[in-house]
Amino acid sequence: MFDPYKIREDFPILKREINDHPLIYFDNAATTQKPEQVIEAIRKFYEKCNANVHRAVHTLSQEASELYENAHEEVAKFINANGMEEIIFVRGTTEAINLVAYAWGLRNLEREDEVLVTLMEHHSNIVPWEFLSERKGFEVKYVELNDDGTLNYESFENAISNKTKIVSLSHISNVTGVINDVKKVGRMAHEYDALVLVDGAQSAPHLPVDVKDLDIDFLAFSGHKMLGPTGIGVLYGKREILEEMEPFHGGGEMIREVTFNTVTRRCSISWNDLPWKFEAGTPNICGGVGLMAAIKYLKDISMENVKEHEEVLTEYAMGRMQECKKVRIYGPRDVSLKCGIIPFGVEGLSSHDVALFLDSYGIMIRSGFHCAQPLHEGFKLKSSARASFYIYNTREEVGQLVEALKEIEQFQ
Amino acid sequence: MNSVEDFVARIEETCGEERHFVVVFKHDKKDEVAAKILKKAKVEKSISRIIFELSFEDISFRLYGTGKAIFRNLKDKEVLWKVLADLLL
Repeated sequence: MFDPYKIREDFPILKREINDHPLIYFDNAATTQKPEQVIEAIRKFYEKCNANVHRAVHTLSQEASELYENAHEEVAKFINANGMEEIIFVRGTTEAINLVAYAWGLRNLEREDEVLVTLMEHHSNIVPWEFLSERKGFEVKYVELNDDGTLNYESFENAISNKTKIVSLSHISNVTGVINDVKKVGRMAHEYDALVLVDGAQSAPHLPVDVKDLDIDFLAFSGHKMLGPTGIGVLYGKREILEEMEPFHGGGEMIREVTFNTVTRRCSISWNDLPWKFEAGTPNICGGVGLMAAIKYLKDISMENVKEHEEVLTEYAMGRMQECKKVRIYGPRDVSLKCGIIPFGVEGLSSHDVALFLDSYGIMIRSGFHCAQPLHEGFKLKSSARASFYIYNTREEVGQLVEALKEIEQFQ
Repeated sequence: MNSVEDFVARIEETCGEERHFVVVFKHDKKDEVAAKILKKAKVEKSISRIIFELSFEDISFRLYGTGKAIFRNLKDKEVLWKVLADLLL
């Protein structure tokens, strides 16, 4: 049975006090805390198994290689990919999207083409395409949102055409928590032979994601937003697409052979197999091991339970926050349309003031644009405060947030 | 002789249209900082020593009991530095 109070015991940091109050961590959309099981896996790796992976024949390297490969397999099972060939370890979601933009986009996008993104994207799913557009001349088109921040599927249908070569969108908005129907978007995109890249930074940690069921071509997500360490993330890609792509970075590990031709005085290079073709240099081995431990932890809980817990907590929080007369929640009120992210504002106060005030009570929330300025401009907001939940958050913590908000309301 | 650096741990500049500076004072100096600021600036309102709305010359800002302050709509970091020097030194 899912019990957030029992789960909390696994997270040493939650025993901390900040500003003389027990830590309440509501900045999970930015990064999550780490359970003892993940910390221990990292510690154990460095204590017992640390070595560079692949190519070495000694025992320690074999053990490290096996762990690192197992981590790929674990991720593949977690998202129902065909196998570790489809799982590339990167630094995080941002690098995963950049990998697709450069390794696929540089070769496949031309002046007459279009890339479709939405106005709710994180900057990491806007900037790489805009950068590449400047070099290649294609158009980046932005799909409109409805007034409540949900995706306007009619605008999407109007925007997509034979010129569209890739649709790149969030599964869940990192500001509003809105869940996009990426399966529906994928179907529409594939009708036009366009690829679909899903930014799963906010979905893979919070709900079951099945890449086969969604029928998406790429999925990008970050380890640190799902209990894992920072500096490790995942790009899933359909095998046949990854095989056709050229590498993103060049160096060791990603090559099979580099031979020097004494006549041309050039090297000829052949690539390694998937996924190593895309993992140049010594990878973040320990990050992979930590991510594997995080995924095992989440699988033990079950992603269905994670999703349900956040839904219940979000509904409770949105209800309780309505007790605050000067608090305005942005985005949809219907919890079935969103996950555990609540953007809000307090009348007469900037989001940073709200965050600094809550910090006085040991409550950590985010303030600002959350790297999604176009979305804020759409809402005509200068910034927003954001509370985001995870498996270890409780109703009592939400109650304390609401009480603190009632107090700051008096500061007018 | 003291300098502003003796009191300030870090400064965060917020992005976007609302350009604010969040000043984080050194933890072991936060009480001294609060005393200095409250001596020079006028308290417009406060909530039980958690947050103070203050004015100093033509600038309004907020000071938090946790040792942080937010200065709104200052032209640039140079202006902020001058205000901090006037308040703290």
